[in-house]
Amino acid sequence: MTQDPNAEAQIAPSEVGANAADTGERQTTGPVDGAVGVQEDGYSDHEVAVASNFEGHTASRLDPDAEPVLEVENLKMYFPVKSSGLLRRTIGHVQAVDGISFQVPRGGSLGLVGESGCGKSTTGRLITRLYDPTGGSMMFEGKDLAQISQREMKPYRRDVQMIFQDPYTSLNPRHTVGAIVGAPLSVHKIVPKNKILGRVQELLEVVGLNPEHYNRYPNEFSGGQRQRIGIARALTLNPKLLVADEPVSALDVSIQAQVVNLLQDLQKEFDIAFLFIAHDLAIVRHFCPEVAVMYLGKIVEIADRETLYSHSHHPYTQALISAVPDVKQAAIGGRRERIRLEGDVPSPINPPSGCRFRTRCSYAQEICARVEPPLLQIGWRHKVACHFAGELGAHPATPVTTELLGVDDQGTPTGTAATPLMTGPGYEPEWYDLKTKQLTSA
Amino acid sequence: MTSTVPSSTPGSDSTIGRTEGPILVVEDLTVTFPTEDGPVSAVQGLSYSVEMGKTLGIVGESGSGKSVSSMAVLGLHDAKSSQITGSIRIDGTEVVGLSENRFRKLRGNTVSMIFQDALAALHPFYKIGAQLAEAYQVHHPNASDRDARRKAIEMLDRVGIPQPDSRVDDFPHQFSGGMRQRAMIAMGLINDPSLLIADEPTTALDVTVQAQILDLLQDLQREFNSAVIIITHDLGVIAEMADDVLVMYAGRCVEYGTTKEILTHPEMPYTWGLLSSIPDISASTDARLIPIPGNPPSLFSPPTGCAFHPRCGFKDKVPGRLCYDKMPELATGSGRVEHLKRCHLANPDAIYRAEVLPEIAPDLVEEIR
Repeated sequence: MTQDPNAEAQIAPSEVGANAADTGERQTTGPVDGAVGVQEDGYSDHEVAVASNFEGHTASRLDPDAEPVLEVENLKMYFPVKSSGLLRRTIGHVQAVDGISFQVPRGGSLGLVGESGCGKSTTGRLITRLYDPTGGSMMFEGKDLAQISQREMKPYRRDVQMIFQDPYTSLNPRHTVGAIVGAPLSVHKIVPKNKILGRVQELLEVVGLNPEHYNRYPNEFSGGQRQRIGIARALTLNPKLLVADEPVSALDVSIQAQVVNLLQDLQKEFDIAFLFIAHDLAIVRHFCPEVAVMYLGKIVEIADRETLYSHSHHPYTQALISAVPDVKQAAIGGRRERIRLEGDVPSPINPPSGCRFRTRCSYAQEICARVEPPLLQIGWRHKVACHFAGELGAHPATPVTTELLGVDDQGTPTGTAATPLMTGPGYEPEWYDLKTKQLTSA
Repeated sequence: MTSTVPSSTPGSDSTIGRTEGPILVVEDLTVTFPTEDGPVSAVQGLSYSVEMGKTLGIVGESGSGKSVSSMAVLGLHDAKSSQITGSIRIDGTEVVGLSENRFRKLRGNTVSMIFQDALAALHPFYKIGAQLAEAYQVHHPNASDRDARRKAIEMLDRVGIPQPDSRVDDFPHQFSGGMRQRAMIAMGLINDPSLLIADEPTTALDVTVQAQILDLLQDLQREFNSAVIIITHDLGVIAEMADDVLVMYAGRCVEYGTTKEILTHPEMPYTWGLLSSIPDISASTDARLIPIPGNPPSLFSPPTGCAFHPRCGFKDKVPGRLCYDKMPELATGSGRVEHLKRCHLANPDAIYRAEVLPEIAPDLVEEIR
């Protein structure tokens, strides 16, 4: 951890601020000190610099060689369920997150998707240590964030920041924007008091807000602008990892794209890694080159974008993707088959035995109730937890995992030793090929 | 349990029942709210019609007037604090200026509404069954409590609530989000309305539940042959559900036509912007996400000329200062079917094909003709 204040205050407004869609309120204030390439747009107050905004972004690309900035292994969060009455005994646990492992590459993004209640937001709150995990490890910069105390956590809070879903409830209405964005600076005593304002203005510029608006209150801003304030606050301490929990779902459609583009710009500019939590699969597909799908506290499939969206192997991922309406395809009549998932997600207090998805899965058999499928690497960057993993319409008739687990087709142990499985957070150079049932490499 | 079903085509082709024209005709509707800062026209000069068995989708950002216009159809605006002019005819009856007593007979019976937030729309103190039964008894004063309860159970069963005869005695908080929305739909349909208005029916729901609810709405529409208006900001829902689509911006209709025509040959830059700012799940990764710059205009001081011009990237293609000075009329587009648009651009379809589509859906340029 560097304690040098100068090293911290190095985010300079560059073309990011100008490119990031304008808010329609920026006046031609001219560059703030040190601003590089701020566009003199010359538009009147009511107009916006349309030309620069129309350069939209293509989807983010995967860098397979990036080192992980965060490695999560077997992370667990059980919330106790108390009985009613005086004694309030613990009568059970909500297994909100139950043994998940993944990596977030440096400067890259991992998407976390799933239905409400699947544990994706809990995961985000664990990584920022808003909750204390029940078990598992979260390695960040060589330190296990799961083990350290809240006091030891403080320096890491600079590096791990969060963007919240609802910009109406996550900004204190009684504080000015300057106080909100500047608070992290004074809490961590990074810049002397008289320098805070300058830094706040730089940050507002970076996220595309008028730096002169630092003394306004949140209620004077629209939803999209408020979300930009939330983003500026998260950027204040030059984080290495941002946990974005549904950062755009509360915004209007046209504003969503502005914020997504802004986040892409910031990621490129400052090399920030993102854990992007969202239920909108199309936005996640655009923003994240790698995506993990969660169901009832477990990761059921994790893969690079192409594999996950075009060749998913888990029945739940397939159902989830098929449920997303596709405007441009529907318009030309290219309607896809929709897999109808019946019923609701079971209670995480009493999750189904074996595979947690089996109660809603049309491929489920005896083995699924008896043995939990491991999250098995079946491709270069592809892991899936299913006994009958296969592409849509090509699920195998017999379980693919029996030899590895040492069980027969019904899930009864055969006595043969189970093969040790690769269960780490990362990807191995060798994987279990479903066709040959052998270890293969690229 | 899962089952694979082909997604059905939007709307139904059944033509049973009424043939004597559309169930709802809105003409030149204007809704104005007097405020301390002067009158605000939330809806201006809106005209559309919906036929039985058809679905109209109304799209727009928050504040575009889409909910306000539909609440006018249901007579939910307080006459003291709003001014409504123009004409709304439901099944031939003019309802603008209709007395509250007579409106009450229509509301819930001929027209009913499904609200966005089912938890807020259901009363937390009353059992689901009691709320459904009340909706039934209001319009069937002779129905006994037992009949009403039987009807409530029947409707819950219809909308796919498991064990309806025991769930009928549950409170709203005991239902999951999807089930609450189903219960809302059951309540909306209990009097077999001819017109159902669904205001963001799936916005708060997960995609899987959204798919269930949309399927349910389509099935029920086919069964009851009712007309449906879906208000949403999600073009995906429109693409799946609607026969016709009406795009609203700053209180006015800016584009109106059949869904297929509007989504494949949009002629108004705002509609282009909406299409450009949503990523598609099967789009090429070279497709760009292009936001609409700026924010929706304030209705207190709407921009001069075309309300969209401050955010429009194509106003340079219109000669002179037409976009700044003159509000375009809602005119027929260049498409092959009935298609209205409010824009000064002379050849919008060519611009869309040459400049917008290659950016947002490079893989579809060939397919959309």
